[in-house]
Amino acid sequence: MKRVFPILAVITALLLAYAAYEALVVAPTEQTMGDVQRIFYYHVPSAWTAFILFFINFFASIVYLIRRTMKADIIALVTAEVGVVFCTVVLVTGPIWARPVWGIWWTWDLRLTLTLVLWLIYVSYLVLRRFSSSGQTPLLAAVLAVFGALDVPLVYFSIWFFRTQHPQPVIGGGGSIDPRMLHVLLINWAAFSCFAALVCWSRYRLEVLQREIDETQALEALLEPRGSHTGSAR
Amino acid sequence: MTYLYAAYIATWLIHIGYLGRLLLRYMRLGGEIEKLRKK
Amino acid sequence: MTKTGLTRATLMKDLRLEWRSKDAINSMLFFSLLVVVIFSFSFDPTAEESRHIAGGLIWVAFLFAAVVALNQTWARELRNQVLDAYRVSPAPPNSLFLAKAVGNFIFVTVLEALMTPLFIVFYNLRALGPAYQLPIIAMLGTWALVVNGTFFAAMSVRTRNREIMLPLLLFPISIPALLAMVEATGAILTGDFSARFWIVLLAAYDLLFTMASLFLFDFVLQAE
Repeated sequence: MKRVFPILAVITALLLAYAAYEALVVAPTEQTMGDVQRIFYYHVPSAWTAFILFFINFFASIVYLIRRTMKADIIALVTAEVGVVFCTVVLVTGPIWARPVWGIWWTWDLRLTLTLVLWLIYVSYLVLRRFSSSGQTPLLAAVLAVFGALDVPLVYFSIWFFRTQHPQPVIGGGGSIDPRMLHVLLINWAAFSCFAALVCWSRYRLEVLQREIDETQALEALLEPRGSHTGSAR
Repeated sequence: MTYLYAAYIATWLIHIGYLGRLLLRYMRLGGEIEKLRKK
Repeated sequence: MTKTGLTRATLMKDLRLEWRSKDAINSMLFFSLLVVVIFSFSFDPTAEESRHIAGGLIWVAFLFAAVVALNQTWARELRNQVLDAYRVSPAPPNSLFLAKAVGNFIFVTVLEALMTPLFIVFYNLRALGPAYQLPIIAMLGTWALVVNGTFFAAMSVRTRNREIMLPLLLFPISIPALLAMVEATGAILTGDFSARFWIVLLAAYDLLFTMASLFLFDFVLQAE
């Protein structure tokens, strides 16, 4: 790891702690929902972060399709993985929030359903990367990512219309937001974005290292003289 | 409210879980590098 | 050979092979039948209820049956190294894809035609809305499943668990189309609301993914 990484890690940790303090203590209590509403400060920034990461994945996949650079492929892989992690957070905090407020664990709310579908698409992306034994896995994955990204607007519209036909409670609160709450929300978003960037960077370094080692091991296997492990064929 | 703490704790459990996995992979790679260096 | 000539030739070849063996259609039919019967036992709805839920049941049954058809799309080509031959030939890859997709479309449509009377009987279905829209929904919906299914089947062909990879890739991306099919069918059966939005959504979905598949199939063929 470069030397700057530990410093950035400490700064990010402090930022996250400060953001959590703001969310739990400083932010005003919501009128109707009470303290439970503070989950909002984790739920929404995680969703935004996940969407941004998936967007970067889409972009990186297109770059890979055009240029076939390894860097683009690794960025696609990394953003998909970290995006799924943040997506999981959204899908876990959503129901935990919904339960005490509306008495139900799940609702086909627009954001939650969209997040679920994105989660499914990108998990299938990661599964394809894991189980594809073709030498061209990055290419196939990039194609799948493009398909997934093209699907997103259609998912959005279909769920939106479905919800207007079958109205459900909205998790995440529609409508205007108190400026003090917005302030805390943005602080948490900034903190989680830094955190996501650091995690992506670590995963990137890990992947680069992994591929170098794989390549070295493959070369070793090729260059090993035949007599040394099959015994002499005299 | 317990739900509030459950949500915050769940969030960090997920993140720490993922970071833990990354750490384990780093350590395993470190072992592989050692093995390659010995050769 | 022209592009359409090539598509037609490949399509006729597949149809002829299927007609002689009836592999795909038989397994699809049997599978669908099982699904209908099991759903019948599990739900046993009244006429009113069945109008609301039949859309979902029908399309789930057709979806599973379609997966059976899709899984065998490329198996024959793989066994006989046709894909390798195609890759080195100057033939446009789209022709192959289109032929496979249309072939699958025909198989699934035949299945739907055979199964629909059964559904009507089992669930006492009668359309309260404009019934002429149902074949349109069926065609758009089937194409939506088949075009992406054929594409993902090609992508799954060299994965370790081919049969499970196809549904894994197909289902999430098909969610808007599935929602549209189910809601539109429900709308026609209950007559409660208009299916127009869903039909337009299905058409948009079909257009978008047909273009995407045709555009990107070359990459997938080269990747094998």
